[in-house]
Amino acid sequence: MRTRLPAALAAVLIAAGCSAQAAAGDEKVTVLAAASLTGSFDRIGELFEKANPGTDVVFSYGGSTGLAQQITAGAPADVFAAASPATMTTVTDAGDGGTPVTFARNQLVIAVPKGNPEGITSLAALAKPGVKVAMCAAQVPCGAAAQKALSAAGVALKPVTEEQDVRAALAKVKLGEVDAALVYRTDARAAAADVAGVEFPESASAINDYPIVALTKAPNRSGADAFVAFVQTPQAQQVLADAGFQRP
Amino acid sequence: MLPLAGLLIRAPWSTLPQRLTEPGVLAALRLSLLTATLATALCLLAGVPLAWLLARTTFPGRRLVRALVTVPLVLPPVVGGVALLLVFGRRGLLGGWLDATLGVTLPFTTAGVVLAEAFVAMPFLVISVEGALRAADARYEEAAATLGAGRWTAFRRVTLPLIAPGVAAGAVLCWARALGEFGATITFAGNFPGRTQTMPLAVYLALEQDLDAAIVLSLVLLAVSVLILAGLRDRWLGTS
Repeated sequence: MRTRLPAALAAVLIAAGCSAQAAAGDEKVTVLAAASLTGSFDRIGELFEKANPGTDVVFSYGGSTGLAQQITAGAPADVFAAASPATMTTVTDAGDGGTPVTFARNQLVIAVPKGNPEGITSLAALAKPGVKVAMCAAQVPCGAAAQKALSAAGVALKPVTEEQDVRAALAKVKLGEVDAALVYRTDARAAAADVAGVEFPESASAINDYPIVALTKAPNRSGADAFVAFVQTPQAQQVLADAGFQRP
Repeated sequence: MLPLAGLLIRAPWSTLPQRLTEPGVLAALRLSLLTATLATALCLLAGVPLAWLLARTTFPGRRLVRALVTVPLVLPPVVGGVALLLVFGRRGLLGGWLDATLGVTLPFTTAGVVLAEAFVAMPFLVISVEGALRAADARYEEAAATLGAGRWTAFRRVTLPLIAPGVAAGAVLCWARALGEFGATITFAGNFPGRTQTMPLAVYLALEQDLDAAIVLSLVLLAVSVLILAGLRDRWLGTS
């Protein structure tokens, strides 16, 4: 075992080196995108690669704010897709991007465990005593949207936890630790195996725009422009619609 | 040291006083110090006996147990938090029973923060103490036993004073790790100001909105922990 382990490690390293070399021959587009775009952008990336043979799209997903900080700190990337215009502004104000385009919109739903055991049908039902709710913290976009929707509904809600991002709030529902969470429709849909999304009218007052921009210091500027244009094609918009996004 | 210098240079010194007096800062700091200290106490209570078992006894599967002790070091803390939820959550292995029989729920409570921190920080204590025990000469304990001391007396009067520096070092590492804990805490205990929002959580959320606020919070955490650790160190050196 002791003698075999280094050999196995070496094999892994060699394999990794080979795959990296194979990819280096292609033209590469690096896209930093908000975590909520994960599934849809993976699919759009495949379509883009098919439409542009020889091009390789690499995604890095994360919280919009963190990605924006990476960009202004000089991370080499070609395209930035954010989950909120405010986050995009921090990048464009720093001179790292031109004029962004809104390519999708997202709306909040109440995520409940599958079958909705607590029978939650409205925002007001979340404020009932004994109902445990997870929300995003007010500092992150989904939390800001939730606050807007709650004040539109006139509901004073005391969540048990204020999560750092929407996926963390959703995970608390999946694990059964809370009875409900305020998340984006797309997140609820992506987790349809475990959770159901309850629509509520007040979410209309807290719609989130998703802007995308080709970055000024893009190593592959033409690839960046091509990808931004591709996201707005009917083909890509269909992928986004399937994931639960609305058209801008 | 350079990243620390980066923080100091970038710090918004002019607005520092007013940022420090924001109510959330003190609450998070107090909670951090309280939970890290309680977590260290919990680690001492559970970790010292565990380290003794690993160093002084032989039992089947001891090597496996020793390997398992280090698991929290390897595990990404967020995964540790999920693992804790799977055990102590409402649907968890023990959580449901705890809730039904004792009415105790740990997730989203301050006790949950302590548990998450203790889980992540425990290996630092166990490894230090076990190392100290192995370095300490077991013949002293044997001599104490021949003079009629029971196992507990020998441990308390002979072993513990011998390994005190190791225990202290382990406790300091444990406390420091607990103080900086982020992933397991936010996953298991959630984030609620005043109840489960420790300084690292406050820093992370401040970072989403206001870099300056995040830097101020980080500096407060660093300054307080350095002060406390330096103070404790002097005290030990003074007594030894």
